[in-house]
Amino acid sequence: MTAPFFKYGMFGDETSLVIAFAIGIGFGFFLERAGFGSARKLVSQFYLNDLAVFKVMFTAIVTAMLGVTYLSWIGILDLSLVYLTPTYVLPQLAGGLILGFGFVVGGYCPGTSVAAFATGKVDGLLYLLGILAGTFAFAELYPLVARFHTATSLGDTTIPQYFNLPYGLVVFAVVVVAVSGFWAAGLVERAFGAKGVEERSHP
Amino acid sequence: METRSDTLERWPSAGEESAVAAKAAAPYMNPYLAGVGLGLVLLAAFVIMGRGLGASGGFNAIVAFLMNEVAPEHAKTREWLAGYFVGDASPLKEWLFFEIVGVFTGALISGLLARRVHVEVEKGPRVSVGVRLAMAFGGGVLMAIGAALARGCTSGQALTGGALLNLGSWGAMLMIFAGAYALAYFVRWEWR
Repeated sequence: MTAPFFKYGMFGDETSLVIAFAIGIGFGFFLERAGFGSARKLVSQFYLNDLAVFKVMFTAIVTAMLGVTYLSWIGILDLSLVYLTPTYVLPQLAGGLILGFGFVVGGYCPGTSVAAFATGKVDGLLYLLGILAGTFAFAELYPLVARFHTATSLGDTTIPQYFNLPYGLVVFAVVVVAVSGFWAAGLVERAFGAKGVEERSHP
Repeated sequence: METRSDTLERWPSAGEESAVAAKAAAPYMNPYLAGVGLGLVLLAAFVIMGRGLGASGGFNAIVAFLMNEVAPEHAKTREWLAGYFVGDASPLKEWLFFEIVGVFTGALISGLLARRVHVEVEKGPRVSVGVRLAMAFGGGVLMAIGAALARGCTSGQALTGGALLNLGSWGAMLMIFAGAYALAYFVRWEWR
């Protein structure tokens, strides 16, 4: 086991911030490349005429998932040292729903709004300011929601752990679901898409 | 091949000026190729740092910093931001803040290379600029509250937690799509 490098003390906190910047550059680059600096491109996912959000997201999830699975299987990466956000069932389901509302109302999510702002979108800037205002409001009103925010805690847990399934089986299932989804996405775009959307999505 | 002028035909409200400027913009990357690229960046974060990508956490750091500048006594009593006031370091000395500065930089580089950087407002043909900007602000407020409750946004929960098969992340991801699809019909005047 030699990875995660940071957890094995290969570099310190100061260096980790430089790495954060570098990783962020890669993140922002591919978000913008995919067209995710555009609210109209992003919300097309929810009107079914361009499913790039689903395709990019699930391709990224499958790529990284297969990567960590393989690297941990050959003994390079200690997966138990990779940070897992603890599960709190109800606040995460409710939060996800409100996130979804914010996505289709505002046209972005936090990461894509940064990409939008970087490429000159004024609505991206307003979205950013909205995030700051909402975060401030949440910090002020936190005592009112603190009990809900910490309710239904399950700790750090994964789908294989919670349902007592082999890790590899769940990985395989996610790949099958993703690939079926990509196939279905093509059909959906042909049915709902504006003329030529399919061709434009696959240059 | 996608070009900006194609997009503008579908949403003809965009200004003449941006249509001219946009003519030369490069097409977007194939979504599967972009997804592999994004996935490798995420994998690099796991291997190098032992953590995934994020975005909303970077905004928390900015809010903690701003509150600390304006009202330091008050800011330090905010239980939800307590993690940003450990020790004497600035709240901005935070991994996710440096990461979102990187996101801005990377998106700008990609946008410049593709000739996609111009000042404009993204909206459908039936909505005014003012209303669209108000909706963008409101969407941001909702997103912030949702991300705070869910302990992460599309990046920190859906993408990162999705790849780690995190139980709560998959729950949040499904609800993100459910929420957006549920409300899409009612805000179609903003986009179509």
